[in-house]
Amino acid sequence: MASPVLEQLQQRLAPTVGEAAFAHETLVVHLAPAALLATVELMRSEFAFDLFLDVTAVDWPGQTPRFEVVYHFYSTQHFGRVRLKTRVSEQDPTVDSLVALYGSARFMERECHDMYGIDFRGNADLRPILLYEGFTGHPLRKDYPKEREQPLVPYRK
Amino acid sequence: MTMPPAEIKLPNPVRSAFDKPLHDGTVTVNIGPSHPATHGTVQIIAELDGERVLRTDVHCGYLHRGFEKECESHTWHNLIPYVDRLNYVSALINDFAYCEAVEKLMGIEITPRTRYLRTLLSEYSRIVDHLTCVAAGLMELGAMTAFLYLVMVRDYMYEHIADLTGARVTYSYGRIGGLARDLPETWLARLAEILDKYEMFIGRVHGLMDRNRIFIDRMRNVGVISTAEAINWGYTGPILRSTGAPRDLRKDAPYLAYAELDFEVPVGIKGDNYDRYYVRMREMDESVHMIRQLMDMLPDGPINVDDRRCVFPEKRLVYDEIESLINHFKLVMDGPQVPAGDVYLAHESPNGELGFYIVSTGEGIPYKVHARAPSFVHMGGVHRMLDGYQLADIVPTFGSVNMIGGECDR
Repeated sequence: MASPVLEQLQQRLAPTVGEAAFAHETLVVHLAPAALLATVELMRSEFAFDLFLDVTAVDWPGQTPRFEVVYHFYSTQHFGRVRLKTRVSEQDPTVDSLVALYGSARFMERECHDMYGIDFRGNADLRPILLYEGFTGHPLRKDYPKEREQPLVPYRK
Repeated sequence: MTMPPAEIKLPNPVRSAFDKPLHDGTVTVNIGPSHPATHGTVQIIAELDGERVLRTDVHCGYLHRGFEKECESHTWHNLIPYVDRLNYVSALINDFAYCEAVEKLMGIEITPRTRYLRTLLSEYSRIVDHLTCVAAGLMELGAMTAFLYLVMVRDYMYEHIADLTGARVTYSYGRIGGLARDLPETWLARLAEILDKYEMFIGRVHGLMDRNRIFIDRMRNVGVISTAEAINWGYTGPILRSTGAPRDLRKDAPYLAYAELDFEVPVGIKGDNYDRYYVRMREMDESVHMIRQLMDMLPDGPINVDDRRCVFPEKRLVYDEIESLINHFKLVMDGPQVPAGDVYLAHESPNGELGFYIVSTGEGIPYKVHARAPSFVHMGGVHRMLDGYQLADIVPTFGSVNMIGGECDR
C-alpha cells in the first residue's frame, strides 16, 4: 500500500518530471539529469524527505546513455521511500551534486565517483575514498577486468 | 628488519584536505590507519590547537576488497558467505537482509517458522554487536572488568550460535527461501540460560559504569550531535536515536515478525557519548525481551519454502531421482534464476539502516549488488562529533560510532 504522501508526490512529478511508478512500496521516478536538483529540493522542502540514504550507479554498456545513477531517499516523518533514476552518457557522466542539500551526499558521491567515474558537479571534494590516490580507472564499470591489479607498492619477488 | 631499498619511494595513499593550517601554531597529526585504540582500519588526520581538535579529515577504504565487483561473478547463493563479512559482528543480520532482498525479487514468502527464527536470531545478533561495541568502548576508557563481563557473555552467545550454525563469527546461515538448518535440540533451553546470565552481568556493568564519575566526565557532553544534524549527515540506528529521535525501522516499517512483538525504542537526550552507551545498553534489554516473546511464539513447521527455483532438493532425492539431481545441478552450476528487476531492501542493523540494492537481469548471477552500509555513511559525518573536542576524546567518540571496517570499506 502506497502512502498518501507518496501518491501526492507521484501526481506532482509524473506530468512534468518523468515516469513515476510504484515498485515494492517504493516510488521509482525516472528523470533527466537536469531535473534532479529541483526535484530533490522539492522532495526535501515539501514532502519531508529528510534522509538521503544512498547513491550508486548501474553500468549498462552498449546502451545509450550508458550509466544509470540511482538515488534512495527516506522520510523520517512519514516513512516513505523514493528511488530516483537518471541516465548519463559515457562522454559526459555529470550530474548535479546534492552536497548543498544533504551532508551525507559528500562521502556517498565520492564513493560513486570512485567506482563509476560519475562526476558530481558542485562536490568540491571528490578525492578517492575507498580507493587510493593514483588509482586509474573505475572498478565497478563492467569493462574494468576483475583481475587487474594496481599495487601501490611493488610485490616482493 | 629489512628496509625497502632507497630508490623505492612509498607513495601516500591519501591526500589530506588540509594543505594550509587554519592559523599559526596549529599542529596536524595523523592517527591510524592502524591504531590500537580505533576499532578498524581508519585514518584520521587531525589539526590541533594544543590538545583541542580544530578539524578532522577521516579516510576509510583500507579494508576495501572489491565486495561489489566480486558479487557480479558469483551465483546469488554463493554470495551468502560474502555478505557475512560486511558487518562481521552481526553477520546473521546481513544474511537475512540479503536473502530477503533476493526473495522479494523472486516473489517468495518465507515460512512462518523461518520468519520467527530470523527475527529471533537478528535480535540475538544485535545483542552480540552491542556487547562488542560497548565492551570495546569501555575497555578503551580503562574499564577492564566491565569489558571482561561483557565479552564473557558475548562468548557464551558466540559458542551458542556456533552450536546452531557451525561457526563462531561468520555463519553463512541464511538461505534464499529459508535457513541452512533447523534448531538443534535443547538450543532454546540453553538460550534461556544465557539470557539469565546476560541479565546478571549487564546488571553488574550498569552498577560499575552508569554513575561512575570518571566515566561520566569522559562521556557526558562529548561528541554531541543534534537530531537535525544527525539526519542531515545520514545517521541512522543508535546514533540517531541517541539524539532523541525514536526512529527505528523495526517500528516504523515493520519487517519479519516485528509487528507482532512488544518492544520499546529507547532514545537518548542530547546525542553525546553517554547517550550512545545507554541507548545500546537499553536496546540489548529490549532485544532480550523480544527473544523471550519469540521463544514462546515460535511455530513448528518447515524452514524452507517449497520452491525449486532456489531451495535445494533433499539429498535423498538427489540420489534417487533424475529430476532432483538435475535440479541440484542447475542450482549449483547456474544459480537460482532471479527475475529481472531491481529492489532496495533495508533492515535495522545494530549500526543503522543496512540496505541492499540489487539488480538482476534474470540470470543466476547478480548484475549488481550494492550494500548501503551504515558505517560508511556514518564516517562521512563523524568529523561533526570530533571537531571541537579534545584529542583524547577521539577514542571514546569514535568507539561509540561503532565503525565496522568490513561494511564500511566493502
